[in-house]
Amino acid sequence: MKPARDAEKNINGPGKMLCERCGKKNATVHVTKIVNGNKSEYYLCEDCAREKGETGASWEGKFPLQQFFSGLMNFLPPDSSKAVVSKGYSGLQCPVCGLTYTQFCQVGRFGCAQCYEAFGQNLLPLLRRLHGNQKHRGKIPARVGSYVRLKREIEQLRQELNEKVAAEAFEEAAVLRDKIRQLENESAEGGEDHVR
Amino acid sequence: MFDEAGSGDQEKITPQNAGYRNPLDEIMKANREEDRLQEEKKKEITSKWMEGQGPEAEIVISSRVRLARNIRNIPFPPLASDEQRKKVYTLVEKNVQGKLGKKDKLKMIETSSLSPVFRQVLVEKHLISPLLAKEGYFSALLLREDEIISIMINEEDHFRIQCLLPGLQLERAWQEASRYDDFLESQIDYAFHEEKGYLTACPTNVGTGMRSSVMLHLPALVITNQIKRIFSAINQVGLAVRGLYGEGTEMIGNILQLSNQVTLGQSEEEIWQNLYGVTKQLINQEKKARELLQNEGREKLADRAGRAFGILKHAYMLDSQETMKLLSDARLGVDLGLLKRISLKALNELLVLTQPGCLQYLKGAELSPYERDLERAVQIQKYLI
Repeated sequence: MKPARDAEKNINGPGKMLCERCGKKNATVHVTKIVNGNKSEYYLCEDCAREKGETGASWEGKFPLQQFFSGLMNFLPPDSSKAVVSKGYSGLQCPVCGLTYTQFCQVGRFGCAQCYEAFGQNLLPLLRRLHGNQKHRGKIPARVGSYVRLKREIEQLRQELNEKVAAEAFEEAAVLRDKIRQLENESAEGGEDHVR
Repeated sequence: MFDEAGSGDQEKITPQNAGYRNPLDEIMKANREEDRLQEEKKKEITSKWMEGQGPEAEIVISSRVRLARNIRNIPFPPLASDEQRKKVYTLVEKNVQGKLGKKDKLKMIETSSLSPVFRQVLVEKHLISPLLAKEGYFSALLLREDEIISIMINEEDHFRIQCLLPGLQLERAWQEASRYDDFLESQIDYAFHEEKGYLTACPTNVGTGMRSSVMLHLPALVITNQIKRIFSAINQVGLAVRGLYGEGTEMIGNILQLSNQVTLGQSEEEIWQNLYGVTKQLINQEKKARELLQNEGREKLADRAGRAFGILKHAYMLDSQETMKLLSDARLGVDLGLLKRISLKALNELLVLTQPGCLQYLKGAELSPYERDLERAVQIQKYLI
């Protein structure tokens, strides 16, 4: 596969060159296009680039993230002895919108919410590389909220419990344990309706 | 009018016909009706965030928070069929508009009802993205009257909720955006995953779906050659640096945009607070650099600002790069009390007014880059009268 590359680069500083289109202004936009494997490059000034529609984001061909992603997706973490990128991997397809995993790698966009499920484990290295993280810790919609929030609270309490036990603060730990049990009962009763 | 031939009267020597005539003067007095129309249009171009108020307004031009949200069971806009896009549009029309209180009211504007040049104006005002400007079919903008809240419909995600405020006000921007998010969520079933958070079309937004950003004017750090060092430091703390108009734009006019990159695994508070902390540090650095420059010679800075003002006021042709540089020089002068003939508000408004889309909108015609440079000078002159 092609290495990650930026389709548009800004050229700053010394070594200025003139725009290839108007020949008047300094070229500040470097456009690299790869269409069906044929690469073409040109240097434009801001105005000509805008007129040619070479600035700004677009779904096809021009978006720097696309190439960036295809590079990222095929990245193998050095510590993974078993290749995450296996052969069956590119055959994945979302049953809802029909987007294949290969297409996703090319465009860097999901087709629908179910893609996240369909591509499952394969996404984890990508998410880890993008965010250094895999788990949401922010806002929760009120609708699905009560259940998820409860779960998060239990997790939080468990962590505290471990800390208390480690510190041999057993009385406090017992209080936490009871609280966790109570919350767990609540989540078992009300939870099922709320699971996606 | 000017000396009309054959009027019979003896020609008087006046300053107007004594010698050289400024061609721009004639352009500018040519059409009163056009002027009146342009004043109306200018009102559409200027916005609340340009007023030059808010905390740290002399360095932080604006603060912004945007949240990406999607509806469950409808494919994301890039892959949605026309029918599905229409469904989103209708859902908003029926369930969102009209259910908001008077103060929170949003006006729904269908993108395809706007001329391409006016869409460009909205991009330059930072109210919509270039992608929405291109996307015609059943995409729309929900806009509050003060333009602080805007929601893009059927952009890359079904909803992009944005709050844009002047100065450094990230917390308020987050709260306001979140309030509208709460409202939308009460009407619409969001695509949300317990582990992955809000699901978005692009994996770079998943989780909180939140991008917070600040627009900073850092001339002293550029003049004192410290900006490169700062760039590399910023990248290390998980923030992205961009130019005035986002992705792929370079830093011109000493203005840069700082935003968070990570959206998964941090809470919204952590995200904006991290950006806030870094911004505060940059503000301090910039202030120190400004002090340094002043100690070296206030006169030099005053001269720089005065010259910039002079060129802005009297030039016949101004390209966008030069304009941005001059506006930056003048702005530094205003911030330091060295230039009093122009306000921060004026500088902010000119920053947007001199962009290609706005110039063409004001002129009511498509302009070549050459014509734009002329029109830019005309508009700045008119503004500074």
